[in-house]
Amino acid sequence: MRLTRNVGLASALRYKGQGPMLTYILHRIGGLGMAIFITVHILSSFLGGNTGVYVNTLYESWIFQIFIFFCVLFHAINGLRITIIDLWPSLLVHQREAIWLEWLVFLPLYGVAVLVIVRNGLGG
Amino acid sequence: MAAKPRTLPLSQRGLNFEMLMWLFTRLSALAMYGLILFAMIGALIMGARTQMNFADVMRWSFMPNVTHVQSTNVPDLAPWSTTFWKLTASALLLVACAHGIHGLVVIADDYIVSRRGRLIVRWISILFLASMSIIGVYVLWTY
Repeated sequence: MRLTRNVGLASALRYKGQGPMLTYILHRIGGLGMAIFITVHILSSFLGGNTGVYVNTLYESWIFQIFIFFCVLFHAINGLRITIIDLWPSLLVHQREAIWLEWLVFLPLYGVAVLVIVRNGLGG
Repeated sequence: MAAKPRTLPLSQRGLNFEMLMWLFTRLSALAMYGLILFAMIGALIMGARTQMNFADVMRWSFMPNVTHVQSTNVPDLAPWSTTFWKLTASALLLVACAHGIHGLVVIADDYIVSRRGRLIVRWISILFLASMSIIGVYVLWTY
């Protein structure tokens, strides 16, 4: 395990790679968001009691729901694109089109879900 | 396009741990897709179409645990809390945790420059999500 990397977080974030880079960074944010959320969620259901109820109200708020659903849905759809392209490498030439297709699938699904979440959140 | 292959033949690729984990990440993603679609179809068969909204169906699909449908209009929770769904939920949790551990390790490898720091974060990630999968399975089967 000898890695020689001298690119820190700050310079990694300054890299401008357009569409593919955006999906890459959103994939990481989504993955990290889910890892943190699932940990907190499991712990709060495990602990129960006042702490559990308090944490429950936090992530049942519609703002948090919008955030976590973005993480989950984007990670899932982008992950499917990565999986398909990686397992059939000859498709790699269609990478940009695949990203457009991915947004085309993601936006309507996410839009409907956000609409439902906001309507319920505002007492609909 | 020329006939030159863009990838090395399998015999010339290194078959090491990182490569196996790379493959595992892709295959576990497909497995999670299977389990999520399975849970979604199960929910629709059990009457989700008229008993809950889209967001609730998604919540059930991503983790088919009975507490995720308690707040919906489902008349009887019994079919949603069977051993069958608990097994599905446990499988999904374990696959997701294994996938997540590797994800955290990869992120740490990418952004943490010092070798020592990488090693520390790597072990924290592994211990963290391994204990989460154990606690998670416990929660699934006892609540």
